[in-house]
Amino acid sequence: MPDMIEALGGAAPVCSHLPWPRRIVDAETWSELAGHLAEGRWTLAGLWGDIGAVHMALLDARQGELAVATLECPAGQFPSIARHHAPAQRLERTVSDLFGLKAVDAPDDRNWLDHGRWLVRHPLGACSTAAGDGEPYAFLAAEGEGLHQIAVGPVHAGIIEPGHFRFTANGETIVRLEERLGYVHKGIESLMAGAPLERTARLAARTSGDSTVAYSIAYARAVEAALGLEIPARAHWLRALMAELERVANHLGDIGAVCNDAAFALMHAHTGVLRERVLRQSNASFGHRLMMDKVIPGGVAGDLDRPGIDGIRSLVATIRETFPRLIALYDNTASLQDRTVGTGTLTHALALQYGCGGYAGRASGRSFDVRRDFAYPPYDTLQFDVPLFQEGDVNARLWVRIREVEQSLGLIDQILDGIPSGETSVAVARAGEPREGVALVEGFRGDILCWLRLDPAGDVERCHLRDPSWFQWPLLEATIEGNIVADFPLCNKSFNCSYSGHDL
Amino acid sequence: MGLIDGISIQLSQMALVLALSPLLTGLVRKLKARLLLRQGPPLLQPYRDLIRLARKEAVVAESASWLFRIIPYIVFATTWVAAALVPTFATGLLFSWSADLIAIIALLGSARFFLALAGMDVGTSFGGIGSSREAMIATLAEPALIMIVFTLALIAGSTQLSNVAGFMLSTGVGLRVSLGMALIALIIVAIAENGRIPVDNPATHLELTMVHEAMVLEYSGRHLALIEFSSSLKLLLYTALIACVFVPWGLAPAGAPLHVHLIGVVIFAAKLGVAGLMLAVFETMIAKMRVFRVADFLGAAFMLGFLGTLLRFVSRSL
Repeated sequence: MPDMIEALGGAAPVCSHLPWPRRIVDAETWSELAGHLAEGRWTLAGLWGDIGAVHMALLDARQGELAVATLECPAGQFPSIARHHAPAQRLERTVSDLFGLKAVDAPDDRNWLDHGRWLVRHPLGACSTAAGDGEPYAFLAAEGEGLHQIAVGPVHAGIIEPGHFRFTANGETIVRLEERLGYVHKGIESLMAGAPLERTARLAARTSGDSTVAYSIAYARAVEAALGLEIPARAHWLRALMAELERVANHLGDIGAVCNDAAFALMHAHTGVLRERVLRQSNASFGHRLMMDKVIPGGVAGDLDRPGIDGIRSLVATIRETFPRLIALYDNTASLQDRTVGTGTLTHALALQYGCGGYAGRASGRSFDVRRDFAYPPYDTLQFDVPLFQEGDVNARLWVRIREVEQSLGLIDQILDGIPSGETSVAVARAGEPREGVALVEGFRGDILCWLRLDPAGDVERCHLRDPSWFQWPLLEATIEGNIVADFPLCNKSFNCSYSGHDL
Repeated sequence: MGLIDGISIQLSQMALVLALSPLLTGLVRKLKARLLLRQGPPLLQPYRDLIRLARKEAVVAESASWLFRIIPYIVFATTWVAAALVPTFATGLLFSWSADLIAIIALLGSARFFLALAGMDVGTSFGGIGSSREAMIATLAEPALIMIVFTLALIAGSTQLSNVAGFMLSTGVGLRVSLGMALIALIIVAIAENGRIPVDNPATHLELTMVHEAMVLEYSGRHLALIEFSSSLKLLLYTALIACVFVPWGLAPAGAPLHVHLIGVVIFAAKLGVAGLMLAVFETMIAKMRVFRVADFLGAAFMLGFLGTLLRFVSRSL
């Protein structure tokens, strides 16, 4: 197998790109890379636009390597990756929406995030004004006798994020599901362009509120990589502690929520109590329930004191005592298992092809965890397992999360035992020249990619955040096929993709 | 028994079911909330909801026909009449002699038929889904209910509920296998008919999983108030039905003095409380089943009812 960097060839960019290389390739190599992706040699980790160029992040999970390929497109177009490798489809459509760069021969050239409701076109590229009265959207056809369509959303009956789902069903059996997202587009990338580090840090933390710590870490690590900044060891450990607390809180909440969607509210009530305890302890220890803005470039804001540590220890003890009983409740409730086992099966092949991260991938046998495969401190010195299941159904995704809660509790123990003392942050100095940085961080949903370029003044020139949901949303469509309409909420909740992180 | 007595008992029965049914709904909600570690809404919340809805403007879809507007009244009227036929605190109901168990099933069936029509009338996909699921459940529940009625009628020698209750109160009943089967079957049917877990979830916000709620999704204001009221009435009706057939103690017999009737009301309220508690505990303990498993669930009720009927032919004492 050719080494990734060798395969890229090409020229290095003018500014330094750390910690993994970026190469400027020609159109021929670009298309070859699409072939490599299609053959499953590497995983597509991201595809995003820039002024007059497109970047593509490639991942070699086995070697623990990442590389960014850049294709300059002076003519405003680039050879489509999606033509050979389907996971790139929505990413290419987004590049077209935001930058006006067209993927040539793309299998799908409809708009994605831009619904024609914005007052601008191509906000990040050649920006022009638009009427903003909306455009019709052609949903993919499904033809056959007795088929009917069910349109769900974007406004739902519950308090959840907006997204439109178009089902084509034969009675109760789903023949096709097509998602339409982009309703919560906030223009994060536009807002970040040209903004100082403090402001961009706040924006990054608000990309997807439930993963705010993971996003902040990804952003901070990218800045630190770009500037070659070494942060104190204590800061690394505190970040990991917050990340694990966030993971535990989200997993606990969602384990209950999946059961609740099968009308088993008892589980939801009990996990809700546990989740609330985690949030309150986070507030007590770090000063914010979700620990928003506590991770900053250069370290962490604030420190953990003795009562904060003791509080977390007693929290871990409480969860250890209560959680096994809840697992037993799940395991012993046959009516619940009847709903989750065998429902919404994601195949191993699809999980691999899409580079599906997080519990969704690990429930379908894709063993990948950034904390292990791209171990960043302090995970390189901590002991933990990456739970793996093969079944790929709702039950497997739930079990991955149950096991991950247990692993995270172990990690929290290790962090509290081994946390070094010292400073928690260092000052961020400007580099005086353009710099680029990239970071890959494991959020509770999966791997979050952050890529950015800093200008000489130290401001962010361009920043791209790729949510794990980009590679999970399309799989939900595939997973639901052949299931019944009434099982969709259960499958959807078991994926629990982010709308906000995806819509940017 | 004088006509005046009969009329006054009948009228007080009709008033009683109206007055108590939101309370039963409120009780079940409150108990479920307590079981789920929550405070829960006040017991009287369903009354407030009904008043609030009745005051609100009813928004009707442009595509709705006249049928959509009158169906809430039809549904409410038929359910109320059906509820008036089931002895709650006294057996001497005036209407009871003109309509029996079969009539109650027919009344509820027509209420459901109209509601399913309303679900499809506006033409939204959720209404259609709800109606089709409701029709599927109904086609399974009604034969089971008929079988249960046959079992009871063969044992008691009548389809009149007052007669059935009177027979059950007599000493010659004893423990019968067929009665046990009928009880379990009736509980299953009651759960399905009232859209409770595991068949339907009355508290869900997930449009795609709804059955009853999907059908009435387009209703608002006073229309919705009537439909919610009908649902509460139906729950009370089934509770009263089970209570009157299987635990008829405390029912005031025809011609009994006033204080016996008052005791009957108190005992009925107690029965409702016990039933509400049992329902809340049951609903907390299980998850909702897949839509297509409902057929198995109701199939079991049908088989039990059928076996109960057959047993009557095998032996008079079973």
